[in-house]
Parts: sequence; C-alpha cells; structure tokens
Amino acid sequence: MPERIIVPFGPQHPVLPEPIHVDLVLEDEKVVEAIPSIGYIHRGLEQLVQKREYTEYVYVAERICGICSFIHALCYSQGVEHIMGIEVPDRARYLRTIWSECSRLHSHLLWLGLFADSMGFENLFMRSWQLRESVLDVLEDTTGGRVIQGTCKVGGVRRDIGQEKLDEMHRELDPFEQKCRDLGDVFLNDETVKYRLQGLGVITKDEAYALGATGPTARGSGVAMDHRETGYAAYGDLGFKPVVETAGDCYARCAVRVKEVYASIDIIRRAIEEMPEGPIDVKVKGTPDGEYFSRAEQPRGEVVHYLRGDGSKHLARARIRTPTLANIPPLVKMLPGAQLADVPVVVLSIDPCISCTER
Amino acid sequence: MTVKEEQTIIDVALENLLREVEGLHDDGYRLVQIGCTDIGGAYEINYSFDKGYQFKNLRLTAGPETEVPSISGIYWGAFVYENEMHDLFGIPVTGINIDFKGTFIKTAEKYPFSVTRRGGDRCRNV
Repeated sequence: MPERIIVPFGPQHPVLPEPIHVDLVLEDEKVVEAIPSIGYIHRGLEQLVQKREYTEYVYVAERICGICSFIHALCYSQGVEHIMGIEVPDRARYLRTIWSECSRLHSHLLWLGLFADSMGFENLFMRSWQLRESVLDVLEDTTGGRVIQGTCKVGGVRRDIGQEKLDEMHRELDPFEQKCRDLGDVFLNDETVKYRLQGLGVITKDEAYALGATGPTARGSGVAMDHRETGYAAYGDLGFKPVVETAGDCYARCAVRVKEVYASIDIIRRAIEEMPEGPIDVKVKGTPDGEYFSRAEQPRGEVVHYLRGDGSKHLARARIRTPTLANIPPLVKMLPGAQLADVPVVVLSIDPCISCTER
Repeated sequence: MTVKEEQTIIDVALENLLREVEGLHDDGYRLVQIGCTDIGGAYEINYSFDKGYQFKNLRLTAGPETEVPSISGIYWGAFVYENEMHDLFGIPVTGINIDFKGTFIKTAEKYPFSVTRRGGDRCRNV
C-alpha cells in the first residue's frame, strides 16, 4: 500500500484569488481524501444588520461579494419588500433583471477566464476577460459602478436606463453574442480542453442533490434546479428554462456556464424589448415586522437571505447562506480520485467565491 | 413555466429533531441551510429544506448550553452549517461527521455571535 501524505492546498495558491484551504491526503499523486477549511477572512456582516437601518443595509448586502453584488442587494431588497408587503413597479423588476443578468454574464466570463488559466490556456483567459470588460462597461454606463452598482433599493431601483441607451445595448447584443459563441466554441469543442476536463471531478445527479449542491455545480450533474424558475424580478414574465448537463464532470460544469452566458444574453434582449414604461420605485413607509427566507439565483447558485424584523428600523437578524458554502460538501466528494495536478481545475469548477462565504 | 414558491415553518422539539429530519430526507427534500437566530438568551435554529421550490423549515429553540444532535448522519453535507453553528455561536453540536472542533471558521474572538459569549467549549466530541 502506498504511503499516505498530506499536502496543503491554499489558503494562498496561484489559482485562488481568495483564501480557502484544503488538506489533500495523497497516495502517490492521487487524492484519496480532502478536508476543507475556511474562515480566514470572516467579516461578520450578518451581525452588522443590527447596527444599520434596514434601508441602509442594502449597501452592506451588496458588499458581501464583488462579483454578484447586485444579486445580493436584490435578494435582500426582495426579502424586506415581502415582509412589508411592498409591490415593486414593473419597470424596476425588468431593470433588476437586466442588471442581474449582466452580473451573471461578467461573473461567468470572469470564471471562464480563471478556469482557462487553471488549465494553462492563457490565450483563452485573455479572450474571456476581454469580453467581460464590455459587460463591465455597460454596468458602468448604466449604474455608475463596475463592481458595486448601488442601484437596487427597497421599493425598486435608484436609476433608470434611458431608451437611447437601451437601444444601444440592444444593437450591441448580436455582435457580443457572436463573440461569446466563438469563445464558447473553444471551451466546448477544443480537443485539449475536452481531454483535460472530461471525466474529471465527477459527481452524480443523486450525489449532487443529496449533498445540497446548487447552481452550475448541481445543473452540471443533471439537477434541473434554478431559482429563476420561481419567477422573481421579471423572470416570470420573460420565461426561463434552466441549462442542464448530465455528465457531472468539470467539462459539464463548464458547459453549463458557457450556455448560461448565451441564455443571459437572450434574457437581456427580451427584457429590453418588453421593458414597460412607468415609475422605477415606490415610496417606502414604516418598518419591517415579520420574517422571510428570500431566495435568488446567483451565478454560483441559490442564495438565501433570512431576514427578521421586529418593527424597529433595524432588522433583528439577517442570515445569509451563499452558494459556495453549499457547494463545499460536493467539492469534498469530487476531489478523491483526482491527480494532484488536477486539483486546481476541480476546485475552480465549483467557482468558489470566498468573499461570499466569509460574509 | 413559473413555479410558485411556498414557505412553511414547523416548530420541532429537540427530541423529535432527528426523526423529523429523517422524514424530510425520505420524502426527497434537500438540505438548504441551517441558521441560528439570537432570541434573547436562547437560539432559534432553522433547518431549511427544499423540494421543487417548496421550502420547509424545522424550527428548534435551544438554550445556549443545550446539546444539539448533528443531522450529518442523515444529510452528509450538514457539517459545514453545524461547524459554523459551533464556531460562531458556540452551540454544542454532538456527533458531527467531520468535526473541526472549533477550527472551521477562524475568528479573532471566540464565538462572536454567542448569546452569552462564554469562553468554554462544550462541543469538542471525544
């Protein structure tokens, strides 16, 4: 029997922009067990809800993550709106959908670049991030912020997008989609990419469901689960079908994200075409008294904001379950059997966001 | 097609927790999260489950010294939430399948969200 050794992976590693640690138990070069560890940068943002007014906490919620910041703000705002019985205007719902999908687009393009980098495919990394820049430009043009948008608020949104800008965005979608499809074609069809990813880090449909996997990690294993199906924001009007792959390996998780890029472009296109006229917010009166589990679909999967108000201007509790936390148990099951050299690729295949996890 | 989401909250006694969780597991529910709320000297622990966007919560009320049994024998992935419960709130959870014994989340202050901020650690399984 080969001798077992433990190799620490992280918390600082070239493929990890944020700290997560995994103790890898190896037999020769093969992983037989993986033990994760987090908590290097825990910020206690949940506790801050008791010191900020419920309308101000949107800014804190948005700063949980620098990638899916808008969707955190949306999920929090939706939760408070549900507790207070606030009906958001239709135009605000559509604007929220557009910015959510822009967040998903730039998150997936960011991840595709990092994933290519983890495989040593530097040219693909640069092409992915080049496309991501154009999405960030749109976010900056329409909200004023590339990373933190600050446009979502309880009762609607703070900024509108004028018709001229909407028309411009619509015109640019076709050439942008073509560039994304050219990029996606390499991820989906290049022989070296397929050779590197297929059969690696496999997790079956039953395992993914039982372990509580969420987002592309679950959908890559055939679990057709995407919270946009519940129709929050404008997804109910626009219609939505989850992107699902069945192989359960790193290639399948990559394919889900590539195809979700195309789906996001389609949703933005239809949201612009069907954008209703009208106000973008409603006046919010009173304070929240009640509780609600608000859920939304982030690029990495389902996020849960449990909010409880006691009738004061501060919420009594905000509990935030981010998708990466839910995807850690599946990661622990994916790693055994992989070679040490493949560990960075497998870890990245769940798109870990430690900023979210260390909220 | 839009699926309507429903949320239910069911209060559960400590002695019935594992049986109720087992029942949801057998019904095909997945574990979404476990979260704690300080309710003034005690904790309200929400065990959240989902099946086809039907969201069920088992709500357990426990004192700060109450030992809570782990559900990781039923839902393997529960260890992340149960270690979090221990490391942030100081709740003694017994029988976790992967027990980090207080080292899962590294905080400058021990049990930063605890209702009592006590220094002792009763979660260490031996």
